[in-house]
Amino acid sequence: MSLRIVVCVKYVPDATGDRHFAEDLTVDRDDVDGLLSELDEYAVEQALQIADEADDAEITVLTVGPEDAKDALRKALSMGADKAVHVEDEDLHGTDALGTSLVLARAIEKTGYDLVVCGMASTDGTMGVLAAMLAERLGVPQVSLLSEVSVEDGTVTGRRDGDTATEQLQARLPAVVSVTDQSGEARYPSFKGIMAAKKKPVASWDLSDLDIEAEDVGLEGAWTAVEGATERPARTAGTIVKDEGEGGKQLAAFLAERKFI
Amino acid sequence: MAEVLVFVDHVDGAVRKPTLELLTLARRIGEPVAVSLGSGAENTAPALAEHGAVRVLTAEAPEFADYLVVPKVDAVQAAFEAVSPSAVLFPSSAEGKEIAARLAVRIGSGIITDAVDLEAGEEGPVATQSVFAAAFTTRSRVSRGTPVITVKPNSAAVEAAPAAGAVEALEVSFSEKATGTKVVARTPRESTGRPDLTEAAIVVSGGRGVGGAENFPVVEALADSLGAAVGASRAAVDAGWYPHTNQVGQTGKTVSPQLYIAAGISGAIQHRAGMQTSKTIVAVNKDAEAPIFDLVDYGVVGDLFEVVPQLTEEVKTRKG
Ligand SMILES: Cc1cc2nc3c(=O)[nH]c(=O)nc-3n(C[C@H](O)[C@H](O)[C@@H](O)COP(=O)(O)OP(=O)(O)OC[C@H]3O[C@@H](n4cnc5c(N)ncnc54)[C@H](O)[C@@H]3O)c2cc1C
Ligand SMILES: Cc1cc2nc3c(=O)[nH]c(=O)nc-3n(C[C@H](O)[C@H](O)[C@H](O)COP(=O)(O)OP(=O)(O)OC[C@H]3O[C@@H](n4cnc5c(N)ncnc54)[C@H](O)[C@@H]3O)c2cc1C
Repeated sequence: MSLRIVVCVKYVPDATGDRHFAEDLTVDRDDVDGLLSELDEYAVEQALQIADEADDAEITVLTVGPEDAKDALRKALSMGADKAVHVEDEDLHGTDALGTSLVLARAIEKTGYDLVVCGMASTDGTMGVLAAMLAERLGVPQVSLLSEVSVEDGTVTGRRDGDTATEQLQARLPAVVSVTDQSGEARYPSFKGIMAAKKKPVASWDLSDLDIEAEDVGLEGAWTAVEGATERPARTAGTIVKDEGEGGKQLAAFLAERKFI
Repeated sequence: MAEVLVFVDHVDGAVRKPTLELLTLARRIGEPVAVSLGSGAENTAPALAEHGAVRVLTAEAPEFADYLVVPKVDAVQAAFEAVSPSAVLFPSSAEGKEIAARLAVRIGSGIITDAVDLEAGEEGPVATQSVFAAAFTTRSRVSRGTPVITVKPNSAAVEAAPAAGAVEALEVSFSEKATGTKVVARTPRESTGRPDLTEAAIVVSGGRGVGGAENFPVVEALADSLGAAVGASRAAVDAGWYPHTNQVGQTGKTVSPQLYIAAGISGAIQHRAGMQTSKTIVAVNKDAEAPIFDLVDYGVVGDLFEVVPQLTEEVKTRKG
């Protein structure tokens, strides 16, 4: 039987660009280029490796995001995923983590799945909570923050490198996993992959396709409210010296002056 | 006064510092009730009482160690139902965030992660977050349900405030899902004897400029002279020169020490995301154009193999 893998990928503003907020205190997406969150490339990579090891597998990449988010799906398809689902709806603007997890869970159920793969965190919100929320909503095991993952005989196993210990984890499918940037470099799309991606199916769903009421998502439906956002004041220019043989001593004097020594 | 649930992060009964910071913040918005789970839970009570916990709810069961996250979610939910708190606070560890995330879904409440400050507000607690690699500071609150908030380490100075800290056993019945993810093996991390990276007052980090694992002792020697923790950039970690657990940055640890010293680190946005909120920043880099110099209070343009050992010697001499 075919192993159905769904990879959740987020379309995010480029971290090297000048990211900021719009007037309604949501992320300003007009001024900065977007891309597939780099940390989700690791999720796509692990899904591809798991699919390679399986007799028969199908990878669907899923995103919830604006029109441009299709770019993120194309990138994942060109890496080798089979098909894509794009959940797009005007009423989704400003959705928070709880709302996003609701939309993703409904879309995953509608797609059908044995394994859901997420990144460790998005590179914009960086909450690192979605995988746990999805496992909770779907009622399946959570095998998260893995630096190594494999699937065999309907069981997922993985290694989680925590603060105080390294753990070896195991769960039966269906399950939700998330993988870290230690799980293995993501492949670059090949020219062939890029050409093939153009022909792969991308389904577009809106809230009504998922039986979700507009008031449960978006800025209005959010469970959290941002009251203010201020740019961090630029640091006042520091002292910079060129080492002419006394650089270490000069630095020591600075540290002593600041009472660190 | 309303009670605030505080999740306790401890290792065999030894309470970790971020939890004491949480208790300090919790007192601004209510009376802290601590939830302490797993082996050694009862032993956490004296430290928690010392820092303001009016009650300490404890539960010990093998499930907490044998299965991932969900047994603790069941326990915190039981505490939530027993206490009806006005907010639930967690340390922003990987586990803390995951428990918080699942609890938020279960109780239908909004969640704020990685708060760096917390104040009482007219419509509930207001959390400060530092976002977009610390380029922006936001103020947010939970607008639906009971606020579930995770707080980053080093967000508050720990203050003692003795309270009753009465220990009460927490009744937990585990859900069917609690045993879904088995922990089949656990290898505790070996202690280096140096301070914990996220808790240290001083952090000395090395990057690609260190040039090899065999040179990291240069960084370690400076750290030891200052009583500091050792950090590393992802380039140094990926090259296998230093363990991943010491990585500072977006996908490593976020540190916010009094003093951060970067040696041979260029200052990429993903690195800055993990150290930009340090109080004093110092860098040694041979490239005067390195972006890290935009952040520093003091920078030395030079070869780290000249500057850092000289600094280490000078620190030792000055400390006597
Ligand atoms: C600066 C900033 C701060 C925010 N703070 C909060 C907050 O405190 N509380 C709150 O409720 N919301 C907050 N949000 C909104 C929140 O980030 C998004 O609603 C959201 O998509 C979920 O969180 P995350 O992106 O941080 O995901 P994470 O939990 O960090 O993402 C983990 C993984 O989930 C998957 N994933 C996440 N989003 C999507 C998506 N849209 N489509 C497909 N897969 C996805 C990916 O696999 C990703 O790697 C914030 C957003 C920003 C930009
Ligand atoms: C999704 C994602 C997540 C990431 N997460 C992280 C993260 O968590 N942490 C992180 O650090 N990076 C992270 N990165 C990587 C980041 O983009 C940079 O590649 C990395 O920080 C570079 O490390 P570096 O500064 O040590 O190396 P380089 O950028 O190569 O800089 C080395 C510096 O050392 C200097 N140097 C060389 N020799 C000497 C000498 N003898 N004396 C003095 N100076 C010398 C050079 O002038 C140079 O400035 C991430 C990247 C991505 C895409």
